[in-house]
Amino acid sequence: MSALVEIQDVNFSYDQRAILKGINMSFGKGKVIAVMGGSGCGKTTLFRLIGGALKPTRGEIKIDGQVIHELDDKGLYEMRRKMGVLFQFGALFTDMSVFDNVAFQMREHTNLSEELIHDLVMLKLHAVGLRGTHNLMPAELSGGMARRVALARTVALDPMLILYDEPFAGLDPISLTVVGQLIRKLNDALGATSVVVTHDVQESLKIVDYVYFIADGVIVAEGTPDEIRASDKPFVHQFVHGEMDGPIPFHYPGANSYEQDLKVSAYATR
Amino acid sequence: MPLVKSVRAIGHRAVNTVWRVGLATRFLFLTLTHSGMSFRRFGLVVKELFSSGVMSLIIIGVAGMFVGMVLGLQGFETLKRYGSESALGSLVALSLVRELGPVLAALLFASRAGSAMTAEIGLMKATEQIAAMEMMAVSPIARVVAPRFWAGVISMPLLAAIFSAMGVFGGYVVGVVLIGVDEGSFWSQMQATVDFQHDVMNGVLKSFVFGVAVTVIALFEGFDAPPTAEGVSGATTRTVVQSSLAILMLDFILTAFMFRGA
Repeated sequence: MSALVEIQDVNFSYDQRAILKGINMSFGKGKVIAVMGGSGCGKTTLFRLIGGALKPTRGEIKIDGQVIHELDDKGLYEMRRKMGVLFQFGALFTDMSVFDNVAFQMREHTNLSEELIHDLVMLKLHAVGLRGTHNLMPAELSGGMARRVALARTVALDPMLILYDEPFAGLDPISLTVVGQLIRKLNDALGATSVVVTHDVQESLKIVDYVYFIADGVIVAEGTPDEIRASDKPFVHQFVHGEMDGPIPFHYPGANSYEQDLKVSAYATR
Repeated sequence: MPLVKSVRAIGHRAVNTVWRVGLATRFLFLTLTHSGMSFRRFGLVVKELFSSGVMSLIIIGVAGMFVGMVLGLQGFETLKRYGSESALGSLVALSLVRELGPVLAALLFASRAGSAMTAEIGLMKATEQIAAMEMMAVSPIARVVAPRFWAGVISMPLLAAIFSAMGVFGGYVVGVVLIGVDEGSFWSQMQATVDFQHDVMNGVLKSFVFGVAVTVIALFEGFDAPPTAEGVSGATTRTVVQSSLAILMLDFILTAFMFRGA
């Protein structure tokens, strides 16, 4: 199966600090892919690079055959019309109703009649189970509902690539399962490719086809959910089982040893 | 070396200020070049006209009325000494139309609508709404900033006119109804001394310039605010302080050009 997104040897640094170092990934059409890693490992940066909000310092990201950072503003906007992005907390427009939020892109990018937009919005809201909320304002929704409305808005124009930034953050167990299942079902129904940037291992392993683990800006492991579960790599094991100590240390390294900081002999801290 | 440190701090501040003025100017230019959508879909501007213009009506109307009433009282006391109470109408109207109307309405607009614009856009940025719009291939400058800019620019002269009209009415209530200045001379003196071109139109021009300054500062500060609670609150404060200073400085410059020797 051909790849929709090709990431080749991508490096990225903020000022002098290297965030991503030589990342290679390939996201096939119709697949749901998870990019996992601890906080601050470069997941969100990768996400912004795929969306064209940042330019890599080296390497290239191809989406549907086009190098995203070589596009001009017009080309980038054209490309973004084919993408859907779900932000961490939904990022619903707070001054618009649920209906207007979902209708936003249809009104901005198409010449569809209001009747048709109405029907499409209802279909999208029905798909996420929230048709009954179309008159509510975002402030009247619970966190899980807001995420689902944002999901309906993300897929409003049937994108070919859907990016999810921490879609499970701050959700209760029921909403978590609902959002997870919706990500899978919507992807399959649209024939799209989904990239889920997350650190929720258990939930994402249930729904994705392939997983990449990033730590310190490099891919440390990759594989199907079954391979990941069975992996004996120390990093993956620590991450999947949520162990306190391991390759990712519990203690942030300091200049001095514990004994030096406490000004006692090594014997005293034993 | 505390001296070196403070010189360096002053220099840094000056460079930073010039830098920000440059950025704000570029932001204004971007807003102007992205204004097409605001005119094609004027409903977007009308929505903002409601929240920044119509919602400011009460504060502008009440403030204008009280300023006019104070002018009526103070003006009467002063003019009485020279036996020219009949000129009260001219005094009230000229002070309002030339100076107090545009300046006070703009100061009130900056604190009522300007601060709201900064906070709204700052929070939209903090909650990733601006980024979301960008990722939906919709320019936030065209969709969010430009309609607010034009709403501010359109509503400012109208609000200043309402401020002045309410002020004249307040002056009339105190001067004519309460104190008993002759009604005929109050209105006829006003009509005779207030020149439409020279006084009224210059006042309108002033409030237009203030409208541009206040809305650009408010929108730029909101758009540039660090996406944190502290960042948005700081930006809101800066909007009120900088717009107020800009209004007063621009007022001096404009007055110097408009009314010198007149």
